[in-house]
Amino acid sequence: MNNNHLYFNNVFLNNTSSVVGKKEFEGPLSSAFDLYSNDEYFGKSSFEEAESEMVRQNLNVLFKKAQKLPTDIDYVFGGDLVNQCVATSFAIENYQIPFIGLYGACSTAIESIICASVFINGGFAKNCVGVTSSHFCTAERQYRFPLEYGSVRTPTSQNTVTASGAFLISNTPSIIRIKSAMIGKIVDKEITDANNMGAAMACAATNTIKRFFEDGNMKTEDFDVICTGDLGYEGHSIAREMLNLEGLDIKTEFTDCGMLIYDKNKQDIVAGGSGCGCVASVLAGHFYKLLSNNKIKNLLIVGTGALLNTNSALSGRSIPSIAHAIHLSTEA
Amino acid sequence: MTNKQYQEYATKRSETSPCIINCIKAFITGGLICMIGEAFKQLYLYLNIDSDTSLLFASLSIILLTAISTGLGFFDKIARFGKGGALVPISGFANAITSEAIESKSEGLITGVATKMFTIAGPVIIYGITASIIYGLFYYIFIM
Repeated sequence: MNNNHLYFNNVFLNNTSSVVGKKEFEGPLSSAFDLYSNDEYFGKSSFEEAESEMVRQNLNVLFKKAQKLPTDIDYVFGGDLVNQCVATSFAIENYQIPFIGLYGACSTAIESIICASVFINGGFAKNCVGVTSSHFCTAERQYRFPLEYGSVRTPTSQNTVTASGAFLISNTPSIIRIKSAMIGKIVDKEITDANNMGAAMACAATNTIKRFFEDGNMKTEDFDVICTGDLGYEGHSIAREMLNLEGLDIKTEFTDCGMLIYDKNKQDIVAGGSGCGCVASVLAGHFYKLLSNNKIKNLLIVGTGALLNTNSALSGRSIPSIAHAIHLSTEA
Repeated sequence: MTNKQYQEYATKRSETSPCIINCIKAFITGGLICMIGEAFKQLYLYLNIDSDTSLLFASLSIILLTAISTGLGFFDKIARFGKGGALVPISGFANAITSEAIESKSEGLITGVATKMFTIAGPVIIYGITASIIYGLFYYIFIM
């Protein structure tokens, strides 16, 4: 069986940083983020440059918080949603750190943490950085319509988050341990509606969560929180129903980053947040804070990605989806 | 659960847009836009411009107003409220072209602005012209 649950020894999440946009800062998690910008251009002349600038600022904050220099970092793992991941490539070019570009749509943040953990556990690196980002304006431009176009959103469509999250993963001991990971398989339930990505990704999340608990080492009640990464309101409630159907009863707090980042009642966000920056900033801001303050001890975070592109959606193809999970713990 | 069953389940449970409220909003917004158009037409007639030309000028005025409000960044808000009511009149067409033009500045004047202006509006032009040719042919053969 290829249900490999990856267990890590001595891999630690030393530090995190997050930069968000205005709307995300106005949301309920505002105090958890390190930096925010009221200007959607981040002082640059195009949205694509803005996204790179956001990643650059985020990395600078991370290096400052962790008191590291770019030369202390062995590898950077990162990605974003802009075609061919250019936002990250431009952002990190001046740091001259060996770089591995990743794409897993909204699951990229968790994918980058898993890759970094594998490098550290294998002894190939001492300090790695995982960094991902998404920008509402670059995503809208690429996947949907121009910003000033009066497009109408359907009730299941999610709002791409303007945010970046960065993680310093190291073999130097710190409070938070990256204990294990489960790499997702592609799940395709042949959903073709690109405005209902939650429904497409929900089954990928249930598949990964089920496989995570299959070896019986952990039970759902061992976790303080199980959090899916941006299924939004629609997808999250589908995932809950699907897990019940599959006979896995989640006996702990079960939530979603796409639901946490915005206030549904006050902000015009329809079905919740999404994008590489959503799970990244919620984990780097909100959950990192809860873990380091010992408010929670065990967290299972499941990043989900809808792996479609604009052409595949237009030709009526379905949305292949994926979910990767990591277990973060403050217990030895 | 088979894929087909899952698709049906997902479609069934997903909330649909509120049809009646949206129709009312579209009716009000679309009606207001047409009323502004009519007001322009009356103005041009008052200025002694002939009837056909005033109709043309009225459309042009709506296009100008939409382009300006798109540039100033509030047409999308009107459209989010009025939905089809704001997008179906000629204002929707003007908004599609202007919004693409504004955003594709960074890719240059030729490969950006000039090319991408027609991403949304292109199909309207192509099928609009095709339909008018067919209509013209029918008119020529059967009515003239």
